[in-house]
Amino acid sequence: MAKGSDHRRRHKRGTREWALGNFWTAVTWVAAFVLFFPVLWMVLTSFKAEKAAYTSPPRIVFHPTLSEFSQVFSGGVGPPLEHSLFVTITSTVVVLVLAVPAAYSLSIRPVKRWSDALFFFLSTKMLPYVAAIVPIYIVARNLGLLDNDWELVILYTAMNLPIAVWMIRSFLLEVPKEVLEAARIDGANLWTEVTRVIMPIVVPGIAATALICVIFSWNEFFFAVNLTATKAGTMPVFLVGFIQSEGLYWARLAAASSIASLPVILAGWLAQKQLVRGLSLGALK
Amino acid sequence: MSDILAPAKQLSAGLGRTATRRQSPRATPSRRRQAWVRRLPLVPALIYMIVVTQAPFVVTFWYSLRSWNLLEPGSNRFAGFNEYRIAFADPAFRAAAINTVEMTASAVIISMLLGTALAILVNRKFLGRSIVRTMLITPFLVMPVATALLFKTTIYDPIYGLLDFVLSPFGVHHVNWIGSFPMPSIVAVLVWEWAPFMMLIVLAGLQGESLEALEAARVDGANAYQMFVSITFPHLRRYIELGLLLGSIYIVQTFGEIYTITQGGPGTATTNLPYYLYEQAFNAFNIGTAAAAGVIVVIATEIVATFALRLLSSLFKASEVMS
Repeated sequence: MAKGSDHRRRHKRGTREWALGNFWTAVTWVAAFVLFFPVLWMVLTSFKAEKAAYTSPPRIVFHPTLSEFSQVFSGGVGPPLEHSLFVTITSTVVVLVLAVPAAYSLSIRPVKRWSDALFFFLSTKMLPYVAAIVPIYIVARNLGLLDNDWELVILYTAMNLPIAVWMIRSFLLEVPKEVLEAARIDGANLWTEVTRVIMPIVVPGIAATALICVIFSWNEFFFAVNLTATKAGTMPVFLVGFIQSEGLYWARLAAASSIASLPVILAGWLAQKQLVRGLSLGALK
Repeated sequence: MSDILAPAKQLSAGLGRTATRRQSPRATPSRRRQAWVRRLPLVPALIYMIVVTQAPFVVTFWYSLRSWNLLEPGSNRFAGFNEYRIAFADPAFRAAAINTVEMTASAVIISMLLGTALAILVNRKFLGRSIVRTMLITPFLVMPVATALLFKTTIYDPIYGLLDFVLSPFGVHHVNWIGSFPMPSIVAVLVWEWAPFMMLIVLAGLQGESLEALEAARVDGANAYQMFVSITFPHLRRYIELGLLLGSIYIVQTFGEIYTITQGGPGTATTNLPYYLYEQAFNAFNIGTAAAAGVIVVIATEIVATFALRLLSSLFKASEVMS
C-alpha cells in the first residue's frame, strides 16, 4: 500500500516534470521566433511587390516576386558589393599575415614582457573610433586617400588585428608542448615546426578568426560613411544612400538589406561555435 | 605524421628537461641577437598598431589645443584648453554625455537580462535546440545599418509598421514611435542586436559549470531556485561582468543606428557623444571642438577599459590554469 502510493507519487512527479519541460521548450521556441521575426520579415518583404509591402494589416501571404531584387541589381548594387568584398577580404588577409607571427611570439616562443604587448593590443580595441576620425580624415585628405578602398583596408586591419592576435594566441596555446619539443628533438627547423606541426593543429582556429574579422569588416559603418562616397562606398554606405536617393521603397530596401546581410549571416552560422571565442577575444571557449 | 612523432614524444617526456638545458648555453654568446630574433615576428604587428591607432590620438590631442574651423581660413591657432571650455559649456555636449550614459546603460542592462534568460532557456536539452540557438544569434549578424533601416520603416512606421499592428488589440493606434519615444526606440534596436551577444557569453558560462556541484546540491535537497542563487549565479558572475563590460565598450560607440533612425533628434534627444563629435567635425567643421570632445571620450572610455582589462586578464589566467 505504502509502496504503491510512493510509486504513484513518483509517477505523478514525472508527468509534472514532463509537462513543465514541454512548457519551457514552448517558451523557448516562442522567444526564438519573436526575436527572429524581424529577420524573417526583412526576407519576406524583399520578395513582395512594392505595393504589397505597404498594407494595413501587414500581410504574410502574398505573391512572391523577384522584381525588387532585379531593381536592386540594376540600381547599382554591383560596385558597393565589390568594394565591400575587396576591403573585407584584403584586410582579413593582411590581419592574418600580421597576427599569426605576432601571436606565435606571444605564445609558443614568448618574448620578454609578452603580457605587456598582449594588453597593448587589447587596449587599442577599447579606444573609441570617433576620437580618431578627425586626424584620420585630415591625413587621408592630404594623402589623397579619401574615398579610396585602401584607406578602409588600413583601418579595418587595425580594427581587427587585436582580436586576431588574441584569438590566434589562444589557439596556439592549445598546441601540446610535448609535440613541439618532440619535433625539435627530431631536428625540425622553424619552418618544419610551423608548417608540419603547428599549422595542422591551428588552421581551424585561424579560419574561425578570419570569419570573425570578415563579420566586423563587412558590417563596419562609421569609417565607411565618413571616409568614402561614390568611388569606394561599401554596402552599408550604399544602403543608407539608397534610402536617401530613392525615397522610402520598403520592398526594395528589404531586398538590398537582405543582399547586404546574407554573407555575414551565413558566415556567422557556420562559425557559431567560434563566435563567442572571438567576441570575448579568446577568453571564453 | 603523428606516427612519426609518437616515439619522439615518449622520449621527450623523459628528456625534455635535459634537452632544453643543453640548448641554452648555445644561446649565450649572442643572447641579445637571439632576443631580437624572437621579437621579430611581433614587430610588424606592433609597429602597425602604434602607427595606425596611437598616432591619431596624439594628433587629436594636438588639434584639441587649437581653435580650428575648416570653414574659417586662418582659424588654425593655438588656443590652450579653450576648446575644452567650449565643449563643456555647450549644452548639446552635456546632453550628449548624459544620453550616452543613459543609452549605453539601459541597452547593456536590458540585453544582459534578456540574454541571461535566453541562455538559461537554451541551456536545457530540447527538440530543435541548435535551430533555436541559430535563430537567436541571427539578430547580431544582420548588418546594423540594415537593422536600423528595417526598424525605422517596417517596424516603427505609425501606419504600416508591425509594432502598431501587433499592439492594436491593446488600443494602440498610429503611434509615432520614433518621434514620441526616440530614446526607447533606439535602445530597443540596440537590445535586439546585443541580447544574442550576452546570451552567447552567459551560455559559455553555464556550459562551463560543474555538474557535480549541482548534483551534490540536488542530493542535499536544494530546489531549483536555491541552486541558482547559491551555485549558478556566483559561477556566472564573472561571465556576466565580462558581458557587461565588453557590451559597454561596444555600445558606447553606437553610431549607425542613430545616424539612420533619428539623426540624433528630435533636438538632441538621441545625440550621443559619437554622434555629437560627428556633427561637430563633419557638419560644423569645428575640428578643435570635435577633437576636444574626442579626448574627453577617450579618457572616459579608458576608465571603463581599465576594469575590463583587469577582468579579462583574470579570466584568461583562470582558463589557462584550467587547460
